[in-house]
Amino acid sequence: MTDAAIVVEDLGKRFGTVVAVDGVSLTVPAGTVLGLLGPNGAGKTTTVRILTTILRPDSGRATILNHDVARDPEAVRSSIGLAGQYAAVDENLTGRENLRMVGQLTHQRRALIGPRADELLERFSLADAADRTVKTYSGGMRRRLDLAAALVHRPPVLFLDEPTTGLDPRGRNDLWGVISELVADGMTLLLTTQYLEEAERLADRIMVIDGGRVIAEGTSEELKHRLGATIVEVRLGDAAAAERARSHLGGIGAAEVLDDGRTVAVTVTDAGRAVLEVVRSLDGAALTPEWMAIREPSLDDVFLQLTGHKAEEAATEAPPVAAGRGGRGRKRGAA
Amino acid sequence: MTTTTIPAFPDTTDQRSKLAWAVSDALAIAHRNLIALFRVPTTLVFSTIQPVIFVLMFRYVFGGSIQIPGYPHYVDYLMPGIFVQTVTFGSINTGIGLAEDLSKGLIERFRSLAMARSAVLAGRTIADLVRNLIVIVLMVTVGFLVGFRVHRNVLALLAAVGLMLLFGFAMSWVMALIGLATGNAEAAQAASFPLMAVLVFASNAFVATRTMPGPLRAYAEHQPITATVNAVRALLNHGAVAEPVLAALAWSAAIVAVFAPLAVRRYRQTA
Repeated sequence: MTDAAIVVEDLGKRFGTVVAVDGVSLTVPAGTVLGLLGPNGAGKTTTVRILTTILRPDSGRATILNHDVARDPEAVRSSIGLAGQYAAVDENLTGRENLRMVGQLTHQRRALIGPRADELLERFSLADAADRTVKTYSGGMRRRLDLAAALVHRPPVLFLDEPTTGLDPRGRNDLWGVISELVADGMTLLLTTQYLEEAERLADRIMVIDGGRVIAEGTSEELKHRLGATIVEVRLGDAAAAERARSHLGGIGAAEVLDDGRTVAVTVTDAGRAVLEVVRSLDGAALTPEWMAIREPSLDDVFLQLTGHKAEEAATEAPPVAAGRGGRGRKRGAA
Repeated sequence: MTTTTIPAFPDTTDQRSKLAWAVSDALAIAHRNLIALFRVPTTLVFSTIQPVIFVLMFRYVFGGSIQIPGYPHYVDYLMPGIFVQTVTFGSINTGIGLAEDLSKGLIERFRSLAMARSAVLAGRTIADLVRNLIVIVLMVTVGFLVGFRVHRNVLALLAAVGLMLLFGFAMSWVMALIGLATGNAEAAQAASFPLMAVLVFASNAFVATRTMPGPLRAYAEHQPITATVNAVRALLNHGAVAEPVLAALAWSAAIVAVFAPLAVRRYRQTA
């Protein structure tokens, strides 16, 4: 295999009795973006922690630019950048001070530390706020600073763990724009997300992960064809009408009656055409919908299709390493 | 084998020896901790206001009823106790600071960087050393204002300060362990405060231990705070110096020898 920046073979990690990562394999060619898509607790963050040398794997191996993460972590650390789930920036320092500190800790040449900080602040639109403490920053600004900090030492490989979780749509779009630019510069990127839209927007290939395992893989087009890109929901007057609608609409796409007993959800790939067909089909069957809507498939829909069960509700997010005991059955010293 | 074509990312790193980097990284962390200290006035203020209150309370409120043989002025007996108390309670911040770094994901980021593994702990304890020095100077000044006097020479004063800094350094390792083990600031504080309070009050910091009941006295006379306070008192007032100073040094060395490796091990284990 040539040009592979990240190679993971059969990675395994458990915490006590909980198997967080169960035989994950993946390859990311240099200069491309892989999106790891899955709900909370799927093992995305644990995988990222292993690849960024924060955790040691129990089994399998992983190499970043041909350096083994378990055997040669120092070399790996010099080539990677990590922007984790929590914006890991020091609140009491200014934006500029944060970037300078990372410059020092990544052993940059002293003369370059200041200019590099300026360059990044400019690029991430933080120049005006550069000399204010991070405490005064908005959530979006913190994320941008966090990303800038990950890039100080110009790593060729970048890991982003749920980069836009908790941001408003504007903040999310801003960050997507920045990330796209980085990719255009040739960076290799592995990003984890819960949002199908984010994976679609940023990733060349998407890997769906659940329960520590990879359950689907492909480009967003390939997955859309497998999963359907849009859901058309139609609410009928009663359960009988819904059941009739379901059998008629089943020809257009996978149709099922939802929990309320009256709404039929049809999974389709071409929303526009599908709407016309749905309307015609209902009209032909003399069924008048009370209400109709088109929506993007949620992760639940994706998972329902792939695994037959819904993605679990967000219980606890993966905490930062060793934030106290408990959490998800982790035992002290289990590594 | 696999060939990887990566885009031309220039190498902008400096080249130094591993030891030189360990020092540089520790100083970078220490620098960051000190900036935070001065920007968050509550920690500095809390570390200084509380001891000032204690000085005033014991000097003026209780002082009249406490008679210590050999010390015509209670304040001369009191101040060394206050100094050591200040340094001891101040070390709680080491634990809290580390716990906060853990809970905010900073330790995780540090782990992914190619920086010296020892830097976080070394930087934290160095910063606390500097903080302690500042606070001690402040306390000495306050002491002079309420009548405290040094009855030996400047060298003795410097030796006393050095001893207190060493003890503070030792205690920060204990607190570092607690901070890393608890993983969040509130738990760290809850765990450390009672421990420190018991240590400080069941000692000779404020009163002579001979007035304490049997078992308590036995404990109070054989604990590190008492030993350090004795040494500082001897240095600043009168009496034999060699024995108490050696005892204090031995305690500090022992605490570091036990708790530093434990803290380092705990830090490494948090993965």
